[in-house]
Amino acid sequence: MSIVINHLTFAYTQGGKPLAPTLKGLTFTIEEGSFLGIIGHTGSGKSTFVKHLNGLLSCEKGTVIVDGHDLSQKSERRTVRSLVGMVFQYPEYQLFAETVYEDVAFGPRNMKLDEAEIKTRVTNAMTMVGLDPERFSTRSPFELSGGERRRAAIAGVLAMQPKYLVLDEPMAGLDPLGRKEILSLLEKLRSESGCTIIMISHSMDDIANHATKVLVLEQGSVFLYDTPQIVFSNAEELQRIGLSVPSITKICIEMNRRGVAIPTSICTEDAFLHWFREGKAHA
Amino acid sequence: MRDITLGQYVAGNSVIHKLDPRTKIAMMILYIAMTFLVKDIWFLAIPFVYLVIELVLSGISLKYILNSLKPIRFLLILMFLLNLFFTKGENVWLDLGFWKLTDEAVLQSFFLSIRIVLLVAGASMLTLTTSPIALTDGLEKLLTPLKIFHFPAHELAMMMTIALRFVPTLMDESEKIRNAQMSRGADFESGNIFKRVKSMIPILIPLFVSSFRKADDLAIAMESRCYHGGDGRTRMHQLKFRKEDLFAILITLLFVAALIVILVLF
Ligand SMILES: Nc1ncnc2c1ncn2[C@@H]1O[C@H](COP(=O)(O)OP(=O)(O)O)[C@@H](O)[C@H]1O
Ligand SMILES: [Mg+2]
Repeated sequence: MSIVINHLTFAYTQGGKPLAPTLKGLTFTIEEGSFLGIIGHTGSGKSTFVKHLNGLLSCEKGTVIVDGHDLSQKSERRTVRSLVGMVFQYPEYQLFAETVYEDVAFGPRNMKLDEAEIKTRVTNAMTMVGLDPERFSTRSPFELSGGERRRAAIAGVLAMQPKYLVLDEPMAGLDPLGRKEILSLLEKLRSESGCTIIMISHSMDDIANHATKVLVLEQGSVFLYDTPQIVFSNAEELQRIGLSVPSITKICIEMNRRGVAIPTSICTEDAFLHWFREGKAHA
Repeated sequence: MRDITLGQYVAGNSVIHKLDPRTKIAMMILYIAMTFLVKDIWFLAIPFVYLVIELVLSGISLKYILNSLKPIRFLLILMFLLNLFFTKGENVWLDLGFWKLTDEAVLQSFFLSIRIVLLVAGASMLTLTTSPIALTDGLEKLLTPLKIFHFPAHELAMMMTIALRFVPTLMDESEKIRNAQMSRGADFESGNIFKRVKSMIPILIPLFVSSFRKADDLAIAMESRCYHGGDGRTRMHQLKFRKEDLFAILITLLFVAALIVILVLF
């Protein structure tokens, strides 16, 4: 199963008239179990694109098919919304309930699950994001710290046990520790429950370290869609559209310029260290 | 959601645009007085002519005026029909037994509808040609004399400016929260009225929370730039009463005078 996007074209409207298209004929497939990183300049249509994955926006041309459910069918949208979890930028601003428990339970309740199932899911989701259910269940979401609030909001999405989890810049405004926690949570989700992760991020390092596929959007079109190694070996093209490459790749490029024969497709520290050990061994 | 424009301003360079906002507010008050003074449908021609002149001078396209009338179209139709049905009269045109269509009813219906159209169109001429900032500046200046009665003119104007500034922000915010809750399976479209009102809670509470947070942030930002109310505050854009303003007021007064003369004579 997968998400198949075919010729997705979309334009916002203003005063009933369509504006210039924001998405222009996107065509690609997101495989189940992958970790897709989406990068692109501000305004390139990243947020607009992910809103099509659960039918918040619907395209007039093209199709989006999630596990066989065609999103142009209005009746399919509710089903897809329980398959595709969506974490928006600053998700903590969506908290509303009196207690953390009730807020996390909002999604499962809308799925009409029974109370026992809801309880297990809420407890699991809270444990997953590192909020001890014993301590946090009865507290008001508004008295938590910033990082805790964000994790509570993410738990609210995880409690729906989505097969696909979409995150729009989930690390914005977090400290380094908070960022690391979110990233390891995503890795855990992927390895333990086989959840497919789709993440928009401006951090090339994070994308290179975690993504299995990278989608580069440029003015509403697919600029590149490939593995991080291949995408980030196009340093010059990326620079031209206002993006950069991971810092480790920059180092490799500079070393290369100075005559060290290191491949410029290296984009993670592990690969870098690996090459170093191998290289040393050969020397 | 983004399509809603409140007090929309169409930037321009016309004589009307360049008038002092205080002049335009005064002009509108006089214009409204004119439309209320008239008791006979034919004399509505005077405020109508006034409006047409203003519209032509401002270079605003008629489309905007028609747009401003859109929200009141149902009210207009309702008013028209109510008057048509319930105004008593002598001169019967059509007798259906249970209801008679009379001369007076037709005239009355048209009179009231046209008057409302003129009122709304006139009021939107003000907001179309005056930016919200200029409008609140003008209002503040006009209300300043009331300060001797401890009327908070500056505070009121500042509140209006801030409120206008935050309308689009809050629209954006509510759209975002709506999307987030819909992604969690919230349903805002089905169910009876009680269910629907209840389904708004997950949008309204975060919206309130974020409004308070924004208000707090804004207060701190203003204070850290030494804002301490209106006393001793100078302005970048000074309001200036010029020759053109005097001219505009005089013409408006001329119309009012003409109307009064006609009303007295006939
Ligand atoms: N609700 C909207 N109405 C009209 N235009 C919009 C709306 N949301 C976004 N846009 C426009 O669509 C383009 C893509 O925006 P977005 O998807 O938010 O980009 P990104 O997330 O990559 O920064 C931008 O030019 C933006 O101005
Ligand atoms: Mg975005």
